[in-house]
Parts: sequence; structure tokens; C-alpha cells
Amino acid sequence: MNIFEKLFGSSETSASSAKNRLKMVLVHDRNDISPGVLRQIRDDIIGVFAHHLNIDPDAVEVMLDENDNDNMLVAQVPLTPTRRVRTNH
Amino acid sequence: MGHGKVITITSGKGGVGKTTVTANLSTALAMAGYKVVAIDADIGLRNLDVVMGLENRIVYDLVDVVEGRCRLNQAMIKDKRLEGLSMIPAAQTRDKNAISPTDMVLVCDQLREEVDYIVIDSPAGIERGFQNALAPADQVIIVTNPEVSAVRDADRIIGMIEAEEKGPGKLIINRYKPDMVARGDMLSIEDIVDILHIDIIGIIPEDEKILISTNRGQPLVMQNGHAKETGVAIRNIANRVKGDEIPFIDLAVKDGFMSRLRGWVTS
Repeated sequence: MNIFEKLFGSSETSASSAKNRLKMVLVHDRNDISPGVLRQIRDDIIGVFAHHLNIDPDAVEVMLDENDNDNMLVAQVPLTPTRRVRTNH
Repeated sequence: MGHGKVITITSGKGGVGKTTVTANLSTALAMAGYKVVAIDADIGLRNLDVVMGLENRIVYDLVDVVEGRCRLNQAMIKDKRLEGLSMIPAAQTRDKNAISPTDMVLVCDQLREEVDYIVIDSPAGIERGFQNALAPADQVIIVTNPEVSAVRDADRIIGMIEAEEKGPGKLIINRYKPDMVARGDMLSIEDIVDILHIDIIGIIPEDEKILISTNRGQPLVMQNGHAKETGVAIRNIANRVKGDEIPFIDLAVKDGFMSRLRGWVTS
């Protein structure tokens, strides 16, 4: 939940909540991909990336999205920044 | 094959108003001077007869026709209140497998010779009964309500209609409450169109007079003077089914979204 959702989340109307929930569920329905399959894909992606890169597994998001009439699978894999450790004297 | 056109009313979800729409659309088309037969395809859960007020006149039903126990004309109950309107009831004591999609096509092909419009009341669900109602359709009308479950099921049904190459269907939004939409507590027409990507053929407001008319077995459009807005909404659907371009009535609220709707409906 980002800061805007925290600030304005409570002011979302029940109609827009219905619309957003419906859009999500229909992307799943239309593509016949259950949330369980999506979780499995997410775990697999984490495995592949973690093998090569420094990532935070908890921050990985995999979701279905709709853009005009195209459905797509969107994966967000934030890279963990390499910390520069300063040695203190 | 005759000239009659088959219109199937379906929804996926139960209880959204398919039977009410079937009764009123059939009545409105007959009032416009067409010969119309309404068919109850919900074998085992017959209801179109009571909604139309014809329940006391049933002798034969759809399954009797299909199984050869009567001629088609004997199962057509003529509505004595309205010239040109008749109804074929479903069997009450059989199940949906008593009839096949081929049977429905054959029955409708006979009816096409005799009437202008055949309006089929589909059962809820996506199984055999729905397939029966879909098979003979020239035009499919999906009824939904502005709520998540009904819209979700409508989406599923729209997909199946397209898969059977019976699309594109057209949508009726029933039980619409402009005041709830205005305060953000009901999906708007634009929301539903945005979600389902489908043309709208009618918007029927929530109206307790629909229940009152069902109590009496008199389709609401038959009663002149009552429930004006709802009656107009239904007659407009009949006119659009005929192919007329009818602007959508303004459902009295407030923020002008109906006028925006008009903009893209005519486009």
C-alpha cells in the first residue's frame, strides 16, 4: 500500500472497488489462470532470478494486467541495491 | 426457412430478470404489431407462464412438442389480452436433457414460418439448458445487474456466445439505480461497458412496479400510464431489436453520465 492509498484508500467508492475487483477477477477468468498458478509462476521466477541476481524475494510481484484489449503477465522484480559499506575508523 | 427472428435472453447468473425481460420484450413487440412467440426453455423450472399470467391455460408444453405428443400450434398459448402474442411453456416435471439443441433449432425453424419474433427465455447456468436456448439464436441478449457476481457471470456467458459464433451479444442492464450510481455505490453503465466491452441494448431501472405486475401476471408494458419510465425503457429495447436507432432515456440523475453514454452509443 503506497502513501496515496493510505491517504485516500478510505475514500474509494464501493463502485470503484467493485470495478477494480471485477477487472482483476475477469483477467484471471478469461485467461483461465488461477491465483494459485500465478503464485507458482512467482516462485519459479524468484528461483531463476535469485540464481543470478541479488533480489528481495518478498518484493517480487507477478500479476495479470489488461491493457486495451491485450492481457499480459506483468512481473516486477526489484533488484536489491548493493550496499556500500563504509568502514568506520 | 421463414423470416422470423430468434432472440435468446440469457445471463449466466440466475435471478437477474431474464424471465421478466422475456415477458416484457415479447409483449412490447406484440404491441408494436408483430407476431411474437415467447418460449420458456427452462425445463423443470417453468416460470414464464406465471410471469405472463398464462399459467392456467397450459395443456401441452415444449417437451410434448419435441416428443411428438402434440402439434406445435397446440402448445402455443395465445394471449387473449394481446393480438399476436403467444407463449410455449416449458415442461415442469422433466429435466433439461429432455430437449437437445437440435430439437430447439427444429422447433424454431417451424416457428419462423409463422411469427416475426421468437423470444427464448434461457435458463441460468452454462449447461445443456443454456446450449438449447443458444442453438437457434439469431441475436443473443445478455441480462445483467450492476453487481459484481452478475457482471462476472455475464462476462463468462459473453465468451461462450462468441465461442459458439453467436456473437456479438447485446447487453441489458436491469435493476439500475441512478441515485446509487450518483453517490458512487453502484457500478455505472460506463463501468460495465468498460469491463465487458459489449454494446448495450437497454437499461431498465429498478422499479417495484415490476414486482407488482408480476404479482398480477400482467407484463408491465401492457399497463398504460403506470411505471412510465420503466415502460419506455422496455419499449425502447423492443424498438432497438426491430433495428431502430433509439436514444437512451435519461434516468433522471444528475451528473450527466447518461448524456455521455448517448454520445458513444450512437457512435
